[in-house]
Amino acid sequence: MARGVTISRKSVNTIAAGVLGLLMFFPVLWIVILSFKTEGDAIKAPLEILFGTGWTTESYGTVQARSDYFKHFSNSLIISLGSTFLGLLIAVPAAWSMAFVPAKRTKDVLMWMLSTKMLPPVGVLVPIYLIFRDLGILDTRSGLVIVLMLINLPIIIWMLYTYFREIPGEILEAARMDGATLREEVVHVLIPMAIPGMASTVLLNIILAWNEAFWTLNLTAAKAAPLTAFIASYSSPEGLFYAKLSAASVMAIAPILMMGWFSQKQLVRGLTFGAVK
Amino acid sequence: MATKASRSAARLMISPAVLLLLGWMLVPLSLTIYFSFLRYNLITPGANPFVGWENYYWFLTDPSFKAAMVNTLLLVGGVLLITVAGGILFALLLDQPMWGQGIIRIMAISPFFVMPTVSGLVWKNMFMNPVNGIFGHLAQALNVQPIDFFSQIPLLSIILIVSWQWLPFATLILLTALQSLDQEQLEAAEMDGAGAFSRFFHIMLPHLARAITVVILIQTIFLLSIFAEILVTTNGGPGVSTTNLTYLIYVSSLLQFDVGMGSAGGVLAIILANIVAIFLMRMIGKNLDA
Amino acid sequence: MGHIQLKGVKKNFGDVTVIPTLDLEIEDGKFVVFVGPSGCGKSTLLRLIAGLEDVTEGVVEIDGQDATGLPPAKRRLAMVFQSYALYPHMSVRKNIAFPMKMARIPQEEQEQRITEAARVLNLTDYLDRRPGQLSGGQRQRVAIGRAIVREPAAFLFDEPLSNLDAALRVGMRLEISELHKRLATTMIYVTHDQVEAMTMADKIVVLNAGVIEQVGSPLELYREPRNLFVAGFIGSPRMNLLEGSVAEKYDAHIVGIRPEHIEVSAASGDWTGTVGVSEHLGSDTFFRVNVEGFAEPVTVRADGDVDLHYGDTIHLTPDPHQLHRFDRDSARLA
Repeated sequence: MARGVTISRKSVNTIAAGVLGLLMFFPVLWIVILSFKTEGDAIKAPLEILFGTGWTTESYGTVQARSDYFKHFSNSLIISLGSTFLGLLIAVPAAWSMAFVPAKRTKDVLMWMLSTKMLPPVGVLVPIYLIFRDLGILDTRSGLVIVLMLINLPIIIWMLYTYFREIPGEILEAARMDGATLREEVVHVLIPMAIPGMASTVLLNIILAWNEAFWTLNLTAAKAAPLTAFIASYSSPEGLFYAKLSAASVMAIAPILMMGWFSQKQLVRGLTFGAVK
Repeated sequence: MATKASRSAARLMISPAVLLLLGWMLVPLSLTIYFSFLRYNLITPGANPFVGWENYYWFLTDPSFKAAMVNTLLLVGGVLLITVAGGILFALLLDQPMWGQGIIRIMAISPFFVMPTVSGLVWKNMFMNPVNGIFGHLAQALNVQPIDFFSQIPLLSIILIVSWQWLPFATLILLTALQSLDQEQLEAAEMDGAGAFSRFFHIMLPHLARAITVVILIQTIFLLSIFAEILVTTNGGPGVSTTNLTYLIYVSSLLQFDVGMGSAGGVLAIILANIVAIFLMRMIGKNLDA
Repeated sequence: MGHIQLKGVKKNFGDVTVIPTLDLEIEDGKFVVFVGPSGCGKSTLLRLIAGLEDVTEGVVEIDGQDATGLPPAKRRLAMVFQSYALYPHMSVRKNIAFPMKMARIPQEEQEQRITEAARVLNLTDYLDRRPGQLSGGQRQRVAIGRAIVREPAAFLFDEPLSNLDAALRVGMRLEISELHKRLATTMIYVTHDQVEAMTMADKIVVLNAGVIEQVGSPLELYREPRNLFVAGFIGSPRMNLLEGSVAEKYDAHIVGIRPEHIEVSAASGDWTGTVGVSEHLGSDTFFRVNVEGFAEPVTVRADGDVDLHYGDTIHLTPDPHQLHRFDRDSARLA
């Protein structure tokens, strides 16, 4: 497509899209602004907030003091990293099998794995809750790591499978001829070649686990609560809390927002199970 | 094509994943079905007698079930309508040549990465609060009566919040699909005398049909399970006006401790999701062959 | 050492038999070429020897040892793939070192062999590059380098030249032949190109639909093709195969005569025809001649400077000693 586009048309496009983009982004932008205001200033009229008030970082300190941000942050971190890497450990061999030693039933197995992702969480809430209670892993990070690993496992396997399929089988056969054992073949050849795909898989699954808000809310109380639950505690506030809520929200979404920006492309592939490329 | 050794290695390597997912699916699922036939309340310990279809009967005849079903359908339908229509417009716009496309795109998709509890609370307080929210301030400036979103239009408010979160998803997928459209096809149509509108309806829309279906199906799966946004904003109220099926089951099982009733609801939710899932799986399966 | 023997080997994929039971012996140090049209099972046969596929029935012996159940890594064979199958994330040096690393050969020994292989294959200047930065011919050499450092019992080549352009192919052909002369290690080479087979092989195995049609030296196959398939496959341009009254005259169902074994004369001959299209190669010229009474044109070789034109009438005489006769079952008649 080598066609000239007039400057004026390009300007119109830019302005229209820019306005829409800014509108979508505005709530995020707004809480960033509010988080640097005092509680008294944060409830004023928008224009006054923007131009008539000073800036402060005190809310960030208050949030940490009031509800121990770092504890929740580390819970979120451990749960999302833990579930992703545990999932990877189980998914890599499975995806290897399906991509390089396909059998007649491979497709069915893959579809069945995906179908487990379609199970509405609320349909199994009661038994999972009771099982966790009886095993004593309610409100533990390891309990959440297991649940989130299981709900994201189909996506991890699926994404790895599509990436692995792009690697020519001859290269793995070459490794086999070169005397590599199965483990060496996977460690020295497959994984290094699949690094970009594996990185996006990891990224997407950290995002999904970080933002998961059904199991994390229902299976945790005080101890293992990640940031989703930490924020939910602001739903019954005392007194003025906009600045604090904003600061807490910014801290809860900032890390994952940045990861999300880097993984937009993979997001499509991962969330549509390859149905849209 | 492989050897016996590699095939048995493959079976060995896939089995942890298969066993885990099988366990994850079968154990809770059969327990849910089993519980749904028991009179089983966590606050009244003792025997849990088998009661047949009683739980289903009570769950289905409960007026809040009917309300929850209607709310679920409105929520899913409303969000789908907004996100698909908006997503097509957004995708078409973002597909145009412009400056700073990367940054605009990043801004437009950001809401998808905001965790549900944050978006629920931020919209509820900073935007929809009739006194201190931006919309409230806006109404004051215009000298009109501010809307009390969560009392006057609670379900619509939830729909708007959820749409804000999912619009980026629809946009991103439709944009990806749009970019895979063969430019020469469009140019050929232009040569054939097709105007912008007929190009859109005769070439772009049919090309997008598949992506739109995927968006609808995947979003439906997730939207049926909307939970956190309701929990942090309305708790299902006022009354049951924002209670969807997921929230209703949560209330009966974890707030009223009625395991039997909650499980019966769970079975219904699974059936509902499966109807959508069947269509989705068909589409993915077709793609797998290609 | 690299004596490979297939005894009663058979291969099925599901219900489909790709290779019906066959026996084959590959002597130590020989350059053996498997040749045949695509889909004839030659690559599958190679993969059976490599251990990348299981035999359905039969035994694969390497140096007298039963290797049927051994994984590829344990067969002491090295393979060069059609796509080269280099490890894209490793430098040339690491690629070549990989099989030695897997075999846990000491570092110094590895260095020594890499240096030697790089010298032989003209890769010394490229050792620190990635495969992606190399030309097709260089990649091919890296793949060969990776194979020779293992000092295998035999080399397996799976259509290694098919991704190269014509000029490079001739060069690599010579290099591989030279490598074989120097190493004197068994090489098994799969190709669909009969020119490669004729120029490189000590022994050619012609395969068709999984069946060995003939095994022999290039000249044996050229001089005495055992059946119609081999007659048509070996030799370029193809042997003329004539049916009908011409063949009956020689007491056969079909007779074959190579273009180079037909004498051209302006005055007289056994057959009379008109000149069709011609291909001037400089040293030789090939004519298509429409002979009276023949269903299909006959290809004829003449000198490069022969003066014949489209539409000219000429006379042809086949050399009776070079005539191949075949019966109804397409087998050669003595």
